[in-house]
Amino acid sequence: MTAFLSVRDLSVRFATEDGVVRAVDGLSFDVERGRTLGIVGESGSGKSVTNLSVLGLHDPRTTEIEGRILLDGQDLTTAPESVLEKLRGNRMAMIFQDSLTALSPYYTVGRQIAEPFRKHTGASRREARLRAIEMLRKVGIPNPALRVDDYPHQFSGGMRQRAMIAMALVCDPELLIADEPTTALDVTVQAQILDLLKDLQQQTGSAIVLITHDLGVVAGTADDVLVMYAGRAVERGTAREVLRSPRHPYTWGLLGSMPRLTSPVDEPLTPIPGSPPSLLDPPPGCPFHPRCAYVDRVGGDRCRTERPEPPEGRGAACHLPDGAGRGRTR
Amino acid sequence: MLRFLARRTLGALVIILLISAITFFLFFALPSEPALMSCGKNCTADSLAVINKNLGLDQPVPVQYWHYMAGIFTGREFSAGHCPAPCFGYSFANQQPVWDTIVDRFPTTLSIALGGAVVFLVVGVGVGMLAAAFRGTWIDKLFSSLSLLGNALQIYFVGVLALAVLVSGLHWMDNPAYHPITEDPVKWFTGMLIPWLVLSVIFIAGYSRMTRSLMIEQLSEDHVRTARAKGLGRSAVFFRYAWRGALAPIVTIFGIDLGSLFSGAIITEFTFSLHGLGRLAVSSVTGTDLPMLMAVMLVGCTAIVLANIVVDAAYALIDPRVRLA
Ligand SMILES: Nc1ncnc2c1ncn2[C@@H]1O[C@H](COP(=O)(O)OP(=O)(O)O)[C@@H](O)[C@H]1O
Ligand code: SF4
Ligand SMILES: [Mg+2]
Repeated sequence: MTAFLSVRDLSVRFATEDGVVRAVDGLSFDVERGRTLGIVGESGSGKSVTNLSVLGLHDPRTTEIEGRILLDGQDLTTAPESVLEKLRGNRMAMIFQDSLTALSPYYTVGRQIAEPFRKHTGASRREARLRAIEMLRKVGIPNPALRVDDYPHQFSGGMRQRAMIAMALVCDPELLIADEPTTALDVTVQAQILDLLKDLQQQTGSAIVLITHDLGVVAGTADDVLVMYAGRAVERGTAREVLRSPRHPYTWGLLGSMPRLTSPVDEPLTPIPGSPPSLLDPPPGCPFHPRCAYVDRVGGDRCRTERPEPPEGRGAACHLPDGAGRGRTR
Repeated sequence: MLRFLARRTLGALVIILLISAITFFLFFALPSEPALMSCGKNCTADSLAVINKNLGLDQPVPVQYWHYMAGIFTGREFSAGHCPAPCFGYSFANQQPVWDTIVDRFPTTLSIALGGAVVFLVVGVGVGMLAAAFRGTWIDKLFSSLSLLGNALQIYFVGVLALAVLVSGLHWMDNPAYHPITEDPVKWFTGMLIPWLVLSVIFIAGYSRMTRSLMIEQLSEDHVRTARAKGLGRSAVFFRYAWRGALAPIVTIFGIDLGSLFSGAIITEFTFSLHGLGRLAVSSVTGTDLPMLMAVMLVGCTAIVLANIVVDAAYALIDPRVRLA
């Protein structure tokens, strides 16, 4: 029995002027209905590319996709565009990071929310408008019957993000992908938006993929966590497992660079030294080895020569013996 | 929106006033004797003085300027009789009311400019959209080579070529001529067709390339990706989102090009020996015909400035961020 969304051995390659970019390389994960998967990783680790592949939004002329993406058993990588069009915005929907650029400045918020509803349900203009007002109310926009006729620039950043959530949820999708939905917002609004997503999930039972570079966001919202690095899964597990007893040195680094409520305010955060590798020419062996402080703890030169197995279920893609990270438990 | 229009109109008036004043005072800086034009063969110093007095040329230049500008709104009395508003005076060259000549010539220039603009906007923007929709295919490549060619063309060259091929060679069309649209729309259209095509050729290349790159840029915008993520079809995404986004910059560039559009119309006029404002402007300068020159300048500037306001208003209509700011 496969999961509602099941991604298997996904590889995404872009042909660019400088060569082939291996943005995603052999990635697998599952999301069940009613559960939230947090995908975490520094910027450039392939989180957005992965999820744009699920919706089939890459330019086929420059993108090569391998592997399988099964939505409710149906393989999306081989599905024709017409089938994808019927699924997008309907059974699977996406919330983008920057609501200012992700909404068109030329149409009212209401029209942009109503549009997918009309397209997928065949509703009349009037019905769709009423639905848009209802959705705006659901996501907590005051005075929805008035604000439905506003343009995006007349909304505040937090309200725009709510409007985008309303747009994504207008057809009650079974899969919702939220790509850094709160990164552009301040902390209070961020918490409100995350609460809103949780509430809505409880009503509809949809599967959520929550993309973030912030483990703090994951802590409060996700059931499961996938840590990505250089287009690969480096650690998988339940949120509790990954946050409480992380096993991968990269996850340790992410946690170390995360502000903790319990630590003194002036305690310096320690960002992971170095920067992510080039995806044009990824390093051999473990992609994290140029930045890893534990290379010498692994016997031989395995970190530099042998690629660690991607995690299945709970696990980490690392040559360190299990439990080596126990001293790191928070 | 109303305040925006009021502000723009006020600015336009200032510009027109400035240009008219500069024209007027420059004219008197020229070493010429306008009265000579109406003095005939046996011109004496006395008769010159009379003419100068009749034309008001004996008064200080600022006073003359005031009379001229005031006459446009109130009409003026001349020794020859009353000149009703809008009075641009009598031509020094043919003693006819200037306004009548303008009314006779302006529609020619306006027809060329407007028709040419419609042709190059429709063809240029259309070609650019096609090229963007079929990016990288032979259609795109064909259009981009054509636009390189079009870029190198000049009005007088294309004009002569069009005459030689379409009129003299193939006899497909008559010589270009102006017939008022009010009298015979079909003749107006066929008579203007060659000038329109010739005038538009120099713009089409630029507009198609601009539209193509704007469309390609728009197609990679976030809001276009959102539209696809909603499940909208290819054509809805292309027209409703990408094209809508490309529209505003196209309108802006068109506003900037209005000046070149009018000068292009004037070159086209000369190329096809049509009698429009351009020809009138040149003859009034060579003939030191001040009232005519002033009228041509005023009408020409007003037309361009008005067109600019219309374009700006269109821009505000297109972009709610401007309209509701
Ligand atoms: N269309 C594209 N063409 C080429 N490279 C791309 C494209 N989209 C993304 N990339 C590259 O793929 C990598 C992963 O990007 P992305 O998934 O956006 O990272 P993030 O984890 O921050 O969401 C980056 O190095 C990015 O430059
Ligand atoms: S495999 Fe080696 S380099 Fe990679 S994370 Fe583990 S210890 Fe570090
Ligand atoms: Mg991203």
